[in-house]
Amino acid sequence: MSTDGVDNSKRRFLTAATAAVGAVGAGFVAVPFLKSWQPSAKALAAGAPVEVDISKLQPGQLMRVLWRKKPVWIVYRTEQNLKDLEGLAGELADPNSEVPQQPEYIKGTARALKAQYLVAEGLCTHLGCSPTYRPEVGAADLGGDDWKGGFFCPCHGSKFDLSGRVYAGVPAPTNLVIPPYTYVSDTRLIIGVDEGAA
Amino acid sequence: MSMLEKTLGWVDDRFPLTKMWKEHLSEYYAPKNFNFWYFFGSLALLVLVLQILTGIWLTMSYKPDADMAFASVEFIMRDVEWGWLIRYLHSTGASAFFIVVYLHMYRGLMYGSYKQPRELIWLFGMFIYLALMAEAFLGYLLPWGQMSFWGAQVIVNLFAAVPFVGPDLAVWIRGDFVVGDATLNRFFALHVIALPIVLLGLVVAHIIALHEVGSNNPDGVEIKKNKGADGIPVDGIPFHPYYSVKDIVGVVVFLFFFAVVVFYMPELGGWFLEKDNFVPANPLQTPEHIVPLWYFTPFYAILRAVPPMFGSQFPGVMAMGLAIVFLFLLPWLDRSPVKSIRYRGGLYKFALAVFIISFIALGRLGTLPAGGIYLTLSQIFSILYFAFFILMPWYTTIDKTKPVPERVTFK
Repeated sequence: MSTDGVDNSKRRFLTAATAAVGAVGAGFVAVPFLKSWQPSAKALAAGAPVEVDISKLQPGQLMRVLWRKKPVWIVYRTEQNLKDLEGLAGELADPNSEVPQQPEYIKGTARALKAQYLVAEGLCTHLGCSPTYRPEVGAADLGGDDWKGGFFCPCHGSKFDLSGRVYAGVPAPTNLVIPPYTYVSDTRLIIGVDEGAA
Repeated sequence: MSMLEKTLGWVDDRFPLTKMWKEHLSEYYAPKNFNFWYFFGSLALLVLVLQILTGIWLTMSYKPDADMAFASVEFIMRDVEWGWLIRYLHSTGASAFFIVVYLHMYRGLMYGSYKQPRELIWLFGMFIYLALMAEAFLGYLLPWGQMSFWGAQVIVNLFAAVPFVGPDLAVWIRGDFVVGDATLNRFFALHVIALPIVLLGLVVAHIIALHEVGSNNPDGVEIKKNKGADGIPVDGIPFHPYYSVKDIVGVVVFLFFFAVVVFYMPELGGWFLEKDNFVPANPLQTPEHIVPLWYFTPFYAILRAVPPMFGSQFPGVMAMGLAIVFLFLLPWLDRSPVKSIRYRGGLYKFALAVFIISFIALGRLGTLPAGGIYLTLSQIFSILYFAFFILMPWYTTIDKTKPVPERVTFK
């Protein structure tokens, strides 16, 4: 083969064009491999709403249900608990729940549709451990008299009040997530369905 | 010519068998002054082989299914003949791997083995370390105990802290909204196929790069600069038989300690197998005190030491990542004209001592509950850890070094 009069710029162009087309092809081939890591249809279907009966819940008690495989807590708060929540603002990072960690219709210090029942996702907003329920007021290991009951994350020491609002100066950056939920009767609620949508 | 020689000749005409044997073993000249610290490279290779062998056998009875995984591990422990031994070899091997690798890396720090011309050996080694951490993390989910589950939950959520794409990224990694069956199954695939292949490839690259430039030694003298009339380094001896035989002594001593753990204390008081992992995974309840296994705790302590900023835990995750990234940069941070600690000045010796103390202290703090004095200590030691790297260009430049001898010495 003669190499006289070879147009090198043409060769460079053809090499680059082939490489570019090959790269685009590789990009397309990568899509199914990457997409196959997304939640499967089965995993998505498991996200259906769950209905909970709270008639047997006693004051001060916490119950756990699974929604989208996440723990969701329902806590029956006493009148004293609700009163205590009002006085905590100074110690909290986001007392008025300004960061959107809850549906629009969840407002105020109680962060609940019915003040006595807290419904919250039981996963710490730091790294997703499930905090422990520590309702005892004045627990010595959690700040003594200042502790009005709440949740303590064993993984990294984050603290939340009984409305799931995060204390300032702990690893968790935001309040606990309040899932969408609505009451279908006085003692039954559906988690995963927005208030007013059912 | 004997039958054997004929066969070897036939092979050598078609595959460089004798050539490779000479290049990497019988005519690979290693410095004659290797000391205790030079056992750990070959020991790491031994543990790798052990992990692959026991790992293959474990997959024969293990079931990567969220409903069956925990029970299948207990089945291996109780009903499979010798299953308990194979599993304890694998679980003890994981911790042994990190002990050996940490000592191997410390050797590199002491004798400047990462310095020019061995930067690539160090980089391949760091990638091996990274792959090893990924392998250990993925494997730890498989028994599907409480620590498996919540450990994976925490680590995957580290990715969720990445700004903007984080939450979607975490769902993509898990294949579900929380750690579940999909996560377990893919972690199994990565643990038994993907990462072992990557690890083996990196180990080959690590050794090829080492044999290209030649081994460093406790004096940091380049033995290739001083060759005899035969072209062989005056201070070099063939790896085989000299070091292959020496390493057998190391292997025997290592296996002695290894066997004591495997047979008499496989859980090592919760350090090698955590007590909470004997409870099946429960997505509703995090164990009272969750800690990663000991080999991750220094980085875990750094993660916890950084408070959230701007309503995000990303800074802590960044700090943890940087703690590893800085190790990669070591060859370019160190400006000292000498390699070995024997000829370095007091500044480097002091810095290295502070670094090792900080690393061990962080490792201990990572196992203790968060908060209070432990948090303050974690923050102090994290700063010291980073200071070792950030100040390195400065203190290695002004450090008073001693003259390096022409030939290796025996101390």
